[in-house]
Amino acid sequence: MNEKSITILEPGLLSTIQDIGRYGFQKYGVPVSGAMDSFALRSANVLVGNDMNSACIEMTVIGPSIKFNYPALISVTGGDLLIKIDDKKIDRWSAIEVKAGSVLTSDGIQDGMRAYLAISGGINVPVIMGSRSTYIPAAFGGYKGRPLMPDDTLIIGEPNPKTIHEARSLPEELEPVHYGHSHIIRVVLGPQNNNFTSESINTFFDSRYIVSNNCDRTGYRLSGPKLNHEENADIISDGTQIGSIQVPSDGNPIILMSDRGPTGGYAKIGTVISTDLGLIAQSRPDDNLVFRQVSVKEAEAAFFEQESILYSMDPTLFKNASNKVKSALSETSSSLSPYIDEDFKKVQRHATVKIKGKTFNFGISIESN
Amino acid sequence: MVKKPTLKYAGDQGLLVEFGDKIDVKLNDEVRNLTFQMEQSKEDWIIDLVPSYKSLLVIFNPTLSTRKHVENYILELAADLEKTSESTNRVIKIPTLYGADFGMDLEFVASNSNLTTKEVISLHSKPKYRVFMIGFAPGFPYLGGLNKKLATPRLKSPRLKIPAGSVGIADNQTGIYPNDSPGGWQLIGRTPLNLFDPSREKPSLLIAGDYIKFEPLESIDEYSDIKSKVELNHYELEISNLDNQENNKPKSHE
Repeated sequence: MNEKSITILEPGLLSTIQDIGRYGFQKYGVPVSGAMDSFALRSANVLVGNDMNSACIEMTVIGPSIKFNYPALISVTGGDLLIKIDDKKIDRWSAIEVKAGSVLTSDGIQDGMRAYLAISGGINVPVIMGSRSTYIPAAFGGYKGRPLMPDDTLIIGEPNPKTIHEARSLPEELEPVHYGHSHIIRVVLGPQNNNFTSESINTFFDSRYIVSNNCDRTGYRLSGPKLNHEENADIISDGTQIGSIQVPSDGNPIILMSDRGPTGGYAKIGTVISTDLGLIAQSRPDDNLVFRQVSVKEAEAAFFEQESILYSMDPTLFKNASNKVKSALSETSSSLSPYIDEDFKKVQRHATVKIKGKTFNFGISIESN
Repeated sequence: MVKKPTLKYAGDQGLLVEFGDKIDVKLNDEVRNLTFQMEQSKEDWIIDLVPSYKSLLVIFNPTLSTRKHVENYILELAADLEKTSESTNRVIKIPTLYGADFGMDLEFVASNSNLTTKEVISLHSKPKYRVFMIGFAPGFPYLGGLNKKLATPRLKSPRLKIPAGSVGIADNQTGIYPNDSPGGWQLIGRTPLNLFDPSREKPSLLIAGDYIKFEPLESIDEYSDIKSKVELNHYELEISNLDNQENNKPKSHE
């Protein structure tokens, strides 16, 4: 088969096509959808030279079996689903070459909840309302608006010609992210924190919450100490943001995620900062969450620190970024400073970034440009 | 004199712009006008705009602007809204076949309200309903203006599948299901119009700030005729402009 394509042999538990989401249509009541762990999806794309927004396969708990019908460059990021190519375990968070006829399989979840498979060129399904993301409840986007099934054949787009197509790998000792079962989640108060008693706000930040079995792409329902409203839980419906923590009258918080409705009628005590949304996406039933209040300034600093990891995986990205992006990132991130005035032909082969006390080391091949 | 809106944090990339704290046509107009102005501005830092009853959620890209700039930009636009507002609200006719198989709860609504089914149809199709926002599900309009006499509690147990186009009542609200979905509203009729189609450039027929008026259809033949025109893309919507006087008169809605 000459055409660049892959064929699904087994679907796994829940495998869907996602990009960063469907923006601009929430005013028509259309949910954003998109990757639950947007950082992992964008990283997977950068590692294989795609646009950050290219469509990937979001794999949940047990990954699919996929046959590659052509020699492809792929990467797998996010949670560890023990992904193998032709029965051999592969490195995560690395670009890997696979031969035509190779088969990807998964032995199931080891760490985290969701992983992302990027393929150089991106998965070429139709763009619906500006996005390739699957929204299952209304059956549009992705592949036929549904999770992947056996015998689905997906066409892969043309790789970015500027990308250097060679295998890139991380040194074994620098395995990037281990999610574990306890997560510290940073939260900015609002927009309806005034609807809660001050005792409840203290309770929220002083307690441990457990992820319940009701956790999916729409939201994560938590159990733990109940939160009380000053008057009642209902508000005049307003817009919801990813990470909004809404609390219905039963007092149990719900973190709204990718498939949330664009509007909602429950008071929202706070919003998970964008940097920590990936930790929610990677947490599973019975995991512990502890919420820590941060200022919006701290949240922004964390955001730019995480962005700098992405941009440091491929400095050509940074070089081609708009001046606004450059100045925003250079002001807030020390990790990018080596690249700012460098000659890109001679730039170092590794970017080292520290986040949350862990060192991340991303191997980068830049021989030209 | 326009009151300054309140800005509230919705995380590090969201700002909730609130014009007040009640369901009110004037506040909703301000939301609509600010949304319109921001769409026109085409600023590159705007990721998305989510208008609702009395607030606008602005999602922005912090690498393309700063929070301070976004806040000032919004407040400046909001201060000038009266000068710049687009005052035309569309009134869209929604042909609807009431009763029988298409509105199986019409009789219950009638007996619950101590009215005849004819009176229910007449009271329901009389007002121009304000579309305060689209939300809950793709294309679902939140409507204001239901006659209080028609308020009816929801079904005790929701139906598993309600056909797209169904017109229903739940407590003091009326609405239209844009897609086949489960639901607990009392169904009184159905429109052959397609409220939501992901392949259209504007996927939702309605947008916040529109008004709709239900037009009772006489027969199933009339319904089928419109339905087939809609499917062939031959149906022309009946749209008029809301009378300006009426628009400026403050009204309160439940």
